[in-house]
Amino acid sequence: MDVLNELLGLATTSIFIENILLASFLGMCSFLAVSKRVDTAMGLGIAVIFVLVITGPANWIVNQFLLEPGALAWVSPELASVDLSFLRFICFIATIAAMVQFVEMALEKFSPALYTALGIFLPLIAVNCAILGVSLFMVEREYNFTETVVYSASSGVGWWLAIIAMAAIREKLTYSDMPKGLEGLGITMITTGLMAMGFMCFAGINLKKEKAPERQEQVVLEQVGETEKINLHARVVGGEK
Amino acid sequence: MGSISKQIKEASWQSNPIAYQVLGICSALAVTVDIKNALIMSGAVLVVLSGSNMTISLLRNLIPHRIRIIVQLAIVSTLVILVDQILSAFMYQQAKGLSVFIGLIITNCIILGRAEAFAMANGPLASLWDAIGNALGYGWVLVVIGFVRELFGSGTVFGFTVIPEFAYRAGYVNNGLMVLAPAAFIILGLIIWVSKELGGASGE
Repeated sequence: MDVLNELLGLATTSIFIENILLASFLGMCSFLAVSKRVDTAMGLGIAVIFVLVITGPANWIVNQFLLEPGALAWVSPELASVDLSFLRFICFIATIAAMVQFVEMALEKFSPALYTALGIFLPLIAVNCAILGVSLFMVEREYNFTETVVYSASSGVGWWLAIIAMAAIREKLTYSDMPKGLEGLGITMITTGLMAMGFMCFAGINLKKEKAPERQEQVVLEQVGETEKINLHARVVGGEK
Repeated sequence: MGSISKQIKEASWQSNPIAYQVLGICSALAVTVDIKNALIMSGAVLVVLSGSNMTISLLRNLIPHRIRIIVQLAIVSTLVILVDQILSAFMYQQAKGLSVFIGLIITNCIILGRAEAFAMANGPLASLWDAIGNALGYGWVLVVIGFVRELFGSGTVFGFTVIPEFAYRAGYVNNGLMVLAPAAFIILGLIIWVSKELGGASGE
């Protein structure tokens, strides 16, 4: 029950509170390029979820069994002292590119309908920083396998949510009257800022028991474990977390 | 010499990578809580971009067209690994502060965008100037955002306190929103607006 609760907390945190796009700024380029219409945004969003769910765990396996210090011990005991973590970037990006290629081929063979719907977006995704970012964050925060799966999936959902919302707003923005220089990119950034501000309000639903989000070190949202009730009294922490 | 400075100026102002080409926004927002991080990040991008643009331009006739993306990614990630190792060896604290964003230079669209759009079609020297121009264009936007966020968010510039003590006593408070994500988006939006009005990056 405890584990489930923790995973649920992780999911809500990464979808809403620490939304990969609005709080960590990952995947901005394709977000700005493809958020002009809701249906294309939908296609890209789903493709991102799809690829994230595959590459996150794949990279976790690569990291755990090849790259971590001492990870090669399963090959032979002599290799236990080898530390390949400096190869992390290149291995991750290679895994991602290979996985995207593989997903593309598999889709083409087994589900042509889905392939035509997602097809044009898949190559774009290999260089989407959200994908690499999720893999790097997973290493930095030392998630285990289940946590990685949940984190990857919910980051994808968070990204999808943000791009759909943005596309819907931009469709309306087309008809509004604004200064010439602000049109297009300028107003999109400002709207995204307002959206990010809105998403910050979700901080109240933090279900996680452990430490609060990094940036708010002084204020800790304390949760009472047994009653599952969130005690919203912000408390200034002296030295301990 | 004239053509070089013209090329650099054009890349960093008229077709600024962030404001006009819409490239590399991710890191532009994430690392700009203060100027120092913004400067380190710009430096890292300058090194990687010049290196990758030159290498790719030298290899442009050897790279098979179909697998060019993966070749470019391999070159870029090698350079990023180098930069990351150097940073964590000599500036460990700052490298830690930049967290995953050094690694994310690999997928920074400026690098691949310039490789694809410029280095694949031009000679190594021209590509180097193009890289420098673009990195400078990226850098100044980062530093401006970093300056505004640091000044209003923490009352400091380069880590030195500039808002005088009596201002705080008179009731001035640091704007906590500035260090959070939304402010970065809004400031970048305003910078884009201003630079378009001044005739810098023009058009969509």
